[in-house]
Amino acid sequence: MSENKKTKEREPMFSAKVLRLLKNPFNLENPITVQVLGICSALAVTVQMKPAIVMALSVTIVTAFSNLIISALRDTIPSRIRIIVQLVVVAALVIIVDQILKAYVYDVSKKLSVFVGLIITNCILMGRLEAYAMANKPWPSFVDGIGNGLGYGLILVIVAFFRELLGSGKIYGMRVIPQALYDSGYMDNGLMILPPMALITIGVIIWVQRSKTPELQEK
Amino acid sequence: MKALRNYLDRIKPQFEKGGRFEKLQSTFDAFETFLFVPDKTTRSGSHIRDAIDLKRTMSMVIIAMVPALLFGIWNTGYQHYLSLGQQPGFGPIVGYGLMKVIPIIIVSYVAGLGVEFIFAQYRGHEVNEGYLVSGMLIPLVMPVDIPLWMVAVASIFAVTIGKETFGGTGMNVFNPALLARAFIFFAYPAKITGDTIWTGGLTKGEGVVDGFSGATPLGNAAAGAMDKIPSMYDLFFGFIPGSIGETSKIAIILGAIILIVTGIGSWRIIVSGILGGITMTLIFNAFAVNDYMTLSPLTQIMMGSFLFGMVFMATDPVTASQTNRGKWIYGFLAGFFAIMIRVFNPAYPEGTMLAILLMNAFAPLIDYYVVEANISKRLKRAVTAVKS
Repeated sequence: MSENKKTKEREPMFSAKVLRLLKNPFNLENPITVQVLGICSALAVTVQMKPAIVMALSVTIVTAFSNLIISALRDTIPSRIRIIVQLVVVAALVIIVDQILKAYVYDVSKKLSVFVGLIITNCILMGRLEAYAMANKPWPSFVDGIGNGLGYGLILVIVAFFRELLGSGKIYGMRVIPQALYDSGYMDNGLMILPPMALITIGVIIWVQRSKTPELQEK
Repeated sequence: MKALRNYLDRIKPQFEKGGRFEKLQSTFDAFETFLFVPDKTTRSGSHIRDAIDLKRTMSMVIIAMVPALLFGIWNTGYQHYLSLGQQPGFGPIVGYGLMKVIPIIIVSYVAGLGVEFIFAQYRGHEVNEGYLVSGMLIPLVMPVDIPLWMVAVASIFAVTIGKETFGGTGMNVFNPALLARAFIFFAYPAKITGDTIWTGGLTKGEGVVDGFSGATPLGNAAAGAMDKIPSMYDLFFGFIPGSIGETSKIAIILGAIILIVTGIGSWRIIVSGILGGITMTLIFNAFAVNDYMTLSPLTQIMMGSFLFGMVFMATDPVTASQTNRGKWIYGFLAGFFAIMIRVFNPAYPEGTMLAILLMNAFAPLIDYYVVEANISKRLKRAVTAVKS
């Protein structure tokens, strides 16, 4: 983690440090598989790919902008009431996202149901605000938010891919497993649609990731 | 036997370090120790070694399952011809049974052992022998008409997720065979519930005689058709539709005797499981609000996979409680919940599988409290001894 880093004056916009903020959440600091945050929504919205992608984008936008706003306000927020201030900012952003979803992609928004509203309680958001935005400048905070949102989204999309493919034989709503296979006895796996299998899928992803990256293996 | 031993001795150097097939060492070792008792002896210190090792234990469980398996093969054929309204001799009945059951056993072993061998090679340890029993239990808890690829997928899932991720044989939290069945139960419910799947060839519905339903006793009971529950004689000897190995109670009791006499299965779990089932049924009888709840304890225990689960699944030494008092609690609750789920939840005609899986999860907790209680009891005794 790179908290409390003292940025020098006049840093280039995409310095190595900032790029690392964008890159790390995809592997070494992935919010789901390494920090194990935001599991609840990852289990709930990954039955199909479309809601998962929409959810990933929503979380990315909310994380990025709440990081930006809190980071800009960080010197004026009294530390005793910082959580409530963070909540107000996040809640406002979530409501905006929720309204946009309802206006433009109503069917997906219905599928996501309460989970858009529950972005407020998503641990990734609070974690990033507390651990990063409260101690860093707005631009790195914004990038950090985007990185973590996309890292979260990556896992969401992978899980949703397998669950939709094996659970309903489709990818992004399009049938990919041919009818001939069903005729010869193949059946969709009903367990894939149930949340337990999402947990197992995430577990398998963590397993694969850990065996591939030696840095993550604890001895 | 001598020739086999000589052959193994001859090819052995090739599998040892520096040999041609060094990478396949664990595979060779698995076959060698399966065929012959290993000749490894302890070099230093005095260690007491039992003549029985894990492989011999597993072989004993397999022997205990043979009566249920043989009857299952016969019953598969018997039920099939019953549905067609024919009465052929012993030969065709067993022939049909073999044709249906043997492929399931082969698929279960090939898929499950395949995963075991891959993991053993990859991690460089011996092949775990635990799957010898699971691989036989899986076919016994399947309906005869289960598609073979589902058996393969379920076996692979059970071994990979249920066993290898926890560290292999002896480390698993859940019974792999039950996990395989639970996997099919939730993933492909159409193939493991209902009335038509328990009899070989019934799904196609060709030439079935009128009046043959194929429903299991539990299916009848759940549907409220109490008069259709077979007689106690049929239930006991097992001339009823059901999973391959679960129907004949006499064969299961035979297996239970083998397990108890050899000391491999815990009689405490079996007895307390049955006691738990009886207790739950008596409570139901006392507050009966529907026909299902009025069934006698004996009928409840004779129906479905209750006995099979208590004898072969709940006694699994890895997933059950380890302490003696813990075994009583574990078995009792498994039987208790099995009957409760069966009667209360219309979505699950049989509760044994779910009850045992639930108790598997609680077994370490039960052990923990039994041990803690013992510690505090002895502490109290020590304190009073010091005071007086």
